[in-house]
Amino acid sequence: MTSITLKINGKDYTSNLDPGTPLLWVLRDTFNLTGTKYGCGAGLCGACTVHLDGEAVRSCQTQVGSVGAKSIITIEGLSSGRNHPVQVAWIAEQVPQCGYCQSGQIMQAAAFLAKNHKPSREEIDQAMSGNICRCGTYQRIRRAIQRAAGEVA
Amino acid sequence: MATQVEVNRREFLKTGGAGGAALVLGFYLPSRKSRMWAAQAAGSEASSGLFKPNAWVRITPDNQITLLVEKPEMGQGPRTAIPMMLADELEADWSSIHVEQAPTIPDIYKGLSTGGSGAVEDTWDSMRKVGAQAREMLVTAAAQQWSAEKKDCRAQDSAVIHVPSGRRLTYGELVETASKIPEIKPDGIPLKDPKDYRFIGKAVPRTDVPSKVDGTAAFGIDVRVPGMLYAVIARCPHFGGKMVSFDATAAKAVPGVREVFAVAPLSRPLNTAGGLAVVADSTWSAIQGRKALKITWDKGPDGDESTASLRKQIEGLATGPATFVPINRGDTQKALDSAGQKVEGSYELGFQAHATMEPMNTTVHVRPDGIEVWTPTQWADRIRGTVAQLSKVPPEKITVHMTLSGGSFGRRAQWDYAGESWQVANEVKQPVQLLWTREDDIQHDFYRPYSHHRLTGGLDADGKITAWSHRVVSTPIRAVFDAPDSLKDPRHVAQQELGGADVLPYGVPNFRLDFAPLHSAVGRAWWRSVESGCNAFATESFVDELAHAARRDPLQFRLDQLAEQRKLGKENLSAVMWQGDPALDAAKLEGVLKLAAEKSGWGKPLPAGHGRGIAAFYSFNSYMAHVAEVSVDKDGTVRVHRVVSAVNCGTAVHPDGVRSQAEGAINYALTTVLSGEITIKDAAVEQSNFNDYAVLRMAQAPEIEVHIVPSTEKPTGMGEPGVPPLAPAVANAIFAATGVRVRRLPLDPKIFKGSAA
Repeated sequence: MTSITLKINGKDYTSNLDPGTPLLWVLRDTFNLTGTKYGCGAGLCGACTVHLDGEAVRSCQTQVGSVGAKSIITIEGLSSGRNHPVQVAWIAEQVPQCGYCQSGQIMQAAAFLAKNHKPSREEIDQAMSGNICRCGTYQRIRRAIQRAAGEVA
Repeated sequence: MATQVEVNRREFLKTGGAGGAALVLGFYLPSRKSRMWAAQAAGSEASSGLFKPNAWVRITPDNQITLLVEKPEMGQGPRTAIPMMLADELEADWSSIHVEQAPTIPDIYKGLSTGGSGAVEDTWDSMRKVGAQAREMLVTAAAQQWSAEKKDCRAQDSAVIHVPSGRRLTYGELVETASKIPEIKPDGIPLKDPKDYRFIGKAVPRTDVPSKVDGTAAFGIDVRVPGMLYAVIARCPHFGGKMVSFDATAAKAVPGVREVFAVAPLSRPLNTAGGLAVVADSTWSAIQGRKALKITWDKGPDGDESTASLRKQIEGLATGPATFVPINRGDTQKALDSAGQKVEGSYELGFQAHATMEPMNTTVHVRPDGIEVWTPTQWADRIRGTVAQLSKVPPEKITVHMTLSGGSFGRRAQWDYAGESWQVANEVKQPVQLLWTREDDIQHDFYRPYSHHRLTGGLDADGKITAWSHRVVSTPIRAVFDAPDSLKDPRHVAQQELGGADVLPYGVPNFRLDFAPLHSAVGRAWWRSVESGCNAFATESFVDELAHAARRDPLQFRLDQLAEQRKLGKENLSAVMWQGDPALDAAKLEGVLKLAAEKSGWGKPLPAGHGRGIAAFYSFNSYMAHVAEVSVDKDGTVRVHRVVSAVNCGTAVHPDGVRSQAEGAINYALTTVLSGEITIKDAAVEQSNFNDYAVLRMAQAPEIEVHIVPSTEKPTGMGEPGVPPLAPAVANAIFAATGVRVRRLPLDPKIFKGSAA
């Protein structure tokens, strides 16, 4: 066990941790940031997606010891008052059903749109195909991303 | 399924901080347990003769309206559609309406559940009536307060207006008076004309969406209780197998692991595997501890079962004697023998997992004074009853908190995971969250049954269907849950296998349906649309085959056969298996077929290599038709480009909710066509995660259009009806594109070898 300090949503969080622990479980079980979800534990579903220095990563595949000083943004820190363009678009398109995968979907979409302001449908499909939604909100996610495109800095 | 509304008791509850009195109206919401738990003796709900409300509307002096309902939110939107019905009759200001999960009180909830696509249909009458009742009482209170004539007072936007003078009192201001006047019975109050609806049928944003875009929505897995521990169970991978020996030395040495102990299997109806529980300080430590366990398993009496052995069994069962013949009208054999053309087709569907995005979990705290349970479930009172039974603690000392569910699709109508969670918590006496990993979820589900269908049809010289014979072979759901004695009745065994196959709207004078059970140790139960999903693939694919054999357009063939139905009257339209269900209305089926066809451009040219397929089905009292447009790549990859749907679900209370449920059902069903299958070897599931149980991803998701048939009739189910016609619509489109008939789901790309694709 090592004392590890993580910068999450602009705040420092410190705890004694096994550096091999996936970031997902540290967020959820150690720091009670439960907006990031467990879906597969194997990098197959995208439910645990967070940003590491702006890159979308699967927190279930990210060892906490490897994060270092990188800035972690979770769904709780994406915006204040749900005003990130992706969140605004998600509400406008009434995307969620059960909602469980949506934190990961939104984090994936936000990181994607930050790099690609005018994505084609194929680019959206490609960027989002690592994120599973069993309720089947894919068509609405696609529309929400198109709606938010160009508004994400 | 008639809804008997009685509101004859009013309760005044403490308002909890709002100050002063509150107007509280209790009312009764029926459940659909006939579908959910068909074989059980009738529950005590409503049958005791004593009225007990199980839902409440509470209006407080701060002008807030709170609706307490037990219907769980698992993605299907009851927290929006249900209050819309209330708000309309109540003339409420939408922003003042809140929905809270009702507590599970043992004295009140005795069989309530959500299942069978019933959340809106079952609450339609009750919600509007209690809304009207509350409105009448508030208007009466206003008239009394003003010493005015009631006819001069009008409710609008959570206030009552005295029309002649323009005076206005909010509902909050009227609560005290309203709570003191004699109760007005709802039965005499006329309900709105549909043209006056303000919320029903309108675009209303879902109430739960904001919390689902910022991470604040709390699911079962998000429950955090001070001092809680985390657990996983190593379960016997072989259905019906057991643990022989174990060595937990290495597991106990994993940092954070607190305890390792055996958990006994729980018998039917829980059907848990049993195994070894690992309790730790964090989920990750528990998972690591489990990895370090050394366990020897016994495969059990069905240890040789495999998908191959099931298919071998089917060979005999598809043509051997039936155990149950629910329908034998006319003389099917004779009609087939004398038919101008005899057509045969067989269809098979593998096991399917639910794979909800939130895996099963439950948090339990066993304390000296009682037990507290937090669980994502479709059936909270069943969980309370089970925990009471296992623990011998009286139900009134058990509190069950229903959390949001991260998808259910029927899986959370089981309560196995809650029973296990109690077993673990009872050992450690600290709050414990038992989590199923994705591997646990994929390998210990209650799957959609494995089924095989053999159909034979006869066509006369005019290309009309003269005979229809359908043998269903499947792994019966009832055999998983019921005692051997009740399984001596062959009808009972078949109870949840034949729905939808027993209703044939195509004017067939000679009709035989029969059944032979397929033995399997694999657990199975309700999977979105249950037997309708399997039977529709068979029947709607076979109608397509008959249409092609008759050299007719598949849409026109269906319409012509629906016209033939008029000669038969109501024959073949009433369900034999679910006898309480309303008979199929052939005109409504025709309506959705025509609408989907028209909107899809049926008959218009398509790009080269593309094909269109149509299918329609009646399930959960709703009518749904899909037109799918597909193409098949050279390597056999099927691309579904577009699905155009038409639905008649009575009044579409929340139209965007109807559309989203249809979209979801289409995507959910597409997995079963394109990729997902649970296969068996050594009585164990061969898949373990989303790498090998491949579910639909965005790149495979088609464009979807959903068209709603305008209606003012009672709303009908929407969570499931989109599933059954999807697989046959895609299969029929594949035939149109390639000339290859899909015989088995999920489809195997190898079937296209040598085809035109």
